[in-house]
Amino acid sequence: MAADVHKKKGWEVPNGSLAPGDGQHAERSESPTPGLAQGTEPGAGQEGAMFVHTRSYEDLTSPEDGAAAARSPEERRGEPAELTSMEQISKDFSELSTQLTGMALDLEEEMRQSKEGKLEPSPQTTRRDSVLSGKEEEDVTMDAWRMHRKHVFVLSEAGKPVYSRYGSEEALSSTMGVMMALVSFLEAEKNAIRSIHADGYKVVFVRRSPLVLVAVARTRQSEQEIAHELLYIYYQILSLLTWTQLNHIFQQKQNYDLRRLLAGSERITDNLLDLMAHDPSFLMGAVRCLPLAASVRDAVSTSLQQAKAKSLVFSILLSGNQLVSLVRKKDQFLHPIDLHLLFNLISSSSSFREGEAWTPICLPKFNSSGFFHAHISYLEQEMDLCLLLVSTDREDFFTVSDCKRRFQERLRRRGVQHALQEALRTPFYSVAQVGIPDLRHFIYKSKSSGLFTSPEIEAPYVQEEEKERLLGLYQYLHSRAHNSSRPLKNIYFTGPRENLLAWVRAVCSIWVSLSSLVLHGRAVGEWHNTGVAPSPCAVLLGVSLHPCAREGWAGIAVGAGELRHRGLCHVLL
Amino acid sequence: QEGSHRLPSSQCMVVLLGSTSVGKSSLAYRYVKNDFRDSLPTVGCSFFTQMLNLEVASIKFEIWDTAGQEKYHSVCHLYYRGAHAALLVYDITNKETFNRAKLWLRDLEKEFLPDEILIALVGNKTDLAGEREVATEEGEEFARTKGLLFMETSAKSSHQVNDTFMAIAQELLQREREEASHHGLLTADLEESRTGTRCC
Repeated sequence: MAADVHKKKGWEVPNGSLAPGDGQHAERSESPTPGLAQGTEPGAGQEGAMFVHTRSYEDLTSPEDGAAAARSPEERRGEPAELTSMEQISKDFSELSTQLTGMALDLEEEMRQSKEGKLEPSPQTTRRDSVLSGKEEEDVTMDAWRMHRKHVFVLSEAGKPVYSRYGSEEALSSTMGVMMALVSFLEAEKNAIRSIHADGYKVVFVRRSPLVLVAVARTRQSEQEIAHELLYIYYQILSLLTWTQLNHIFQQKQNYDLRRLLAGSERITDNLLDLMAHDPSFLMGAVRCLPLAASVRDAVSTSLQQAKAKSLVFSILLSGNQLVSLVRKKDQFLHPIDLHLLFNLISSSSSFREGEAWTPICLPKFNSSGFFHAHISYLEQEMDLCLLLVSTDREDFFTVSDCKRRFQERLRRRGVQHALQEALRTPFYSVAQVGIPDLRHFIYKSKSSGLFTSPEIEAPYVQEEEKERLLGLYQYLHSRAHNSSRPLKNIYFTGPRENLLAWVRAVCSIWVSLSSLVLHGRAVGEWHNTGVAPSPCAVLLGVSLHPCAREGWAGIAVGAGELRHRGLCHVLL
Repeated sequence: QEGSHRLPSSQCMVVLLGSTSVGKSSLAYRYVKNDFRDSLPTVGCSFFTQMLNLEVASIKFEIWDTAGQEKYHSVCHLYYRGAHAALLVYDITNKETFNRAKLWLRDLEKEFLPDEILIALVGNKTDLAGEREVATEEGEEFARTKGLLFMETSAKSSHQVNDTFMAIAQELLQREREEASHHGLLTADLEESRTGTRCC
């Protein structure tokens, strides 16, 4: 089942690429295509309408109480109507096919409380107060706070803080007010602010009504890449609330404090930002595979496939942030972004290690208006192997739980547990296995399958800052290759410390770091030397094409071999 | 299905309810694994099972540990339904959580008939007695007026955690016996009722 994901007709796009081309705005499609197309996300269609929405600066920055007092007459009159529409919402919710879990009750209660003049419990008291988060709220007036390389802020259109990567949102409310003022000011002129470049900083704005996301970065990333990360944060928020719910809330109450609903989930967003700073998955828009013998993966996939239930849409086995196997219901596709959000959810919480978790989750690229229910559990205590079963029915816990039992049993009967355990012991392969002198690191991405493989990051990228520098270089190459005004297919970049090579085609892309001792001619020769097909892609996957390469490419072939199992082979043919 | 509330003989579904950070997960973890560790906020719900062997019967506890965060409240309603017992947990060092527990009780009362579900009020974190905001008497008094079991526990120091679950088991068995004699029946055949008591 897993393999035929990629043989489906829906996946075949005339140009051979499933991802929307660079800079092209693909038609909105129901099937999750790899790559993030601007303008296809929910809410994008509203951009035209948002310009009528303007506010004065005073409104945005005045303290909550003042604003509430000033608006109270209308609000009071409006309240009964709000309540009835709340009921309507709750009705609407229950009618949604994927069974939303409504927030209506809680909202209703909150409004009742605020009418009684009772103070809302401050979300601040519960925010990141967990002992394990190990993070103190930072003082936003300190230099240390200013020194962070990247800040991310999320605010509502009323200018209310929703999230800040560092420091408490409350202390930042005036800063966020200014941000909203900037956005509104330009909107009043029927224009939209995208970014501000000054003094080594990039301030990037992403507007997804009813939220505004802002990043202040000193990284080497391009504006587009930073905006891309902000979109991930937006999707992360949607995955907790759904787009429908988010919009209903703000339609009912424009100055709603969304932190109430996000309380306890900030660490998931924090974790996503940390991951994005280290993991090339997000840059590539693809998922990393655990290197595994094809036979073992087959057995795992078959076992997953056999442990199915009516409501089960996706069965995913993962280890760390690497995909082991993914089985999906016929005609249902999982977008890499949704998969990243699921990976992030799992890696950001230790609570899944115990018992069986059952949680509502929205997969925004799949359907931003409803919740799925995810059964999350680790197969064995000491094994880093997490099973994720995504169901459409929130009542189906026991059925899905039984699927897990059946999967484990089949795994046992097929006797692959040992092999799986072995594979988990070496989740990365060494670049030396590839056998190419001067090759330091590479990323090979198959665009059609949305998967990539990459060796372990080794010397000289040992220290954290070196690792980040390598990712920064890839980011730079990526932004050059995918520059919308001038996309590049081949890049050879000579840096002071290494040489880099990028090779971007419709079906796949390769990003390579070579020792700086390699001369341009030799490096390119190395890639073209195979004689038969002057494409690294073919070289990567055709071990026997060139005598010298037989040993040489074995390492990559290991990676590619397991990609091949995931349906990559058609890329070659 | 109907009988499941009256005959919690072999399987007993317990749901843990309460505000964020009162220690619901820690209580469940202490009871099931007899260990303590600081945990991050629960995402959604967690499910545990634990066997309890008593002289007269063995009980399989099915424990639903719910998330205290607001956005998950509506999910928690799901697990009320089949529950035989509910633990309303509050943090003795935080008065607000005690008030929230009262609200949870109101929700439960809406959902169940008085004898349909056994409710225990649990004040957790007795190891932090120095910061106590809710007096034992206050909890006790409230539990008495509402007819709830009452217990103060510490998941950290393991104080009265087992006792709480034991008390629930005893009480449920007791109720079951009364129910049976009330209907002029023999004590329920535990083995027989094992099948079909699952409510979900």
